[in-house]
Amino acid sequence: MKTIRLPFNEKNIKDLKVGDIVYISGEIYTARDAAHKRLVNLLRKNKKLPIDLKTTIIYYCGPTPAFKGSVIGSCGPTTASRMDKFTPFLIENGLRFMIGKGTRSKEVEKFIHKYKGIYFSAYGGCGAYLSKKVIKSKLIAFPDLGPEAIYCMEVEDFPLIVMNL
Amino acid sequence: MRRVSVKVIENKVIDLLQEAACILRKDVVVALQKSLLSEKNVKAKNILYTILENARIAEQDNLPLCQDTGMTVVFFEIGDDIFIEGNIEKAVNNGLKKATRKFGLRNSVVKNTINRINTGNNTPAIIHYKFIKGNKIKISLMLKGFGSENKTNLFMLDPTDGLELIENKIMETIEKAGANACPPFVIGVGLGGTADKALSLAKEALFEKIGVRVKKEKWAINLEKNIIRKANKLNIGPLGFGGKITVLDVKVKYAPTHIAGLPLGININCHSLRTAVGKI
Repeated sequence: MKTIRLPFNEKNIKDLKVGDIVYISGEIYTARDAAHKRLVNLLRKNKKLPIDLKTTIIYYCGPTPAFKGSVIGSCGPTTASRMDKFTPFLIENGLRFMIGKGTRSKEVEKFIHKYKGIYFSAYGGCGAYLSKKVIKSKLIAFPDLGPEAIYCMEVEDFPLIVMNL
Repeated sequence: MRRVSVKVIENKVIDLLQEAACILRKDVVVALQKSLLSEKNVKAKNILYTILENARIAEQDNLPLCQDTGMTVVFFEIGDDIFIEGNIEKAVNNGLKKATRKFGLRNSVVKNTINRINTGNNTPAIIHYKFIKGNKIKISLMLKGFGSENKTNLFMLDPTDGLELIENKIMETIEKAGANACPPFVIGVGLGGTADKALSLAKEALFEKIGVRVKKEKWAINLEKNIIRKANKLNIGPLGFGGKITVLDVKVKYAPTHIAGLPLGININCHSLRTAVGKI
């Protein structure tokens, strides 16, 4: 079982191959359609971002709310291809690691490869199972976006499949 | 004339929402278990096992099966010997608001396609009404996730186009959806009516029991069997990582149509097929 304690660094990702299943532990940040649009707008206006793209692992996810004392609700991945239009620009501005589900466009694959990033797939439709891998969850930015806000999730043994590198 | 208060409808909707959101349909579970046994690909087996484990956890802990608790679609069949006291639409949406809070569903609805301001309460539901004979109310509720809904297709074919082209268009839709709609799929196909009716039929088809052939015209049963066979040769597999099972079942519904038309609606559902049916 290949486990990686985040953050990713040259050493812990150097032997990864497409198709590998890895279990990550550490912090990932949720951001999907609406948050991506805002991040790109902020960058274009040269404004400060609420996250550091260079060190942040972005997880395309809009979770259900935590309730009955749980840390988080159901939190599986959303379709990554909807973020393709924002991704090359974000990669040029420092983004390296992304988690979602499904395939990326040829252009995004090229950027990931050129900038030595990695795109992983989480298990689609398995939000209840994945919620058990989350130890902590904290709202970071854009609370008005509700489930589309940026949350920092601390995960333990969160399973991923390497898709592009 | 039987009188039914909308309060009864509201409460029934709340129960159906919990069932649909947290308990994977038994026929889907059986189909997934059969798939797990028949898959040889190790990754595919691992994925199917995780999907089944997800269903077990969701039911045990009352968690939504998937974080996309979808847009709520409700089909009413109302007996003509019933008098409903109150506003059905309000009752359904009140039930949805309450269930969203009570069961931790996601506020997945925005006010319009352009301003995209979240409605904050997961309403409104999309409601369809049909009137039938009798004194019962049947409520068929679906949580439609948009990963799969976004892969919906409509083809207005020529009236002289045959089953071969219909099959090609369905296969084209499945291939285009690929990993992005979370296979293995249940495919709803609607043939006939007007364009919107064909799409509505495709969605209604998803309520049919899977793993069995429901009685319908021979050409429709053959269409279902052909697509299942062809789609499972695509090697898309569970979550698109390769495998023998890309489609759990295909369901065809049909209706009369215009002499100049052949509307074909295709509504794909992911492996998390969430429907619940109740009667009042």
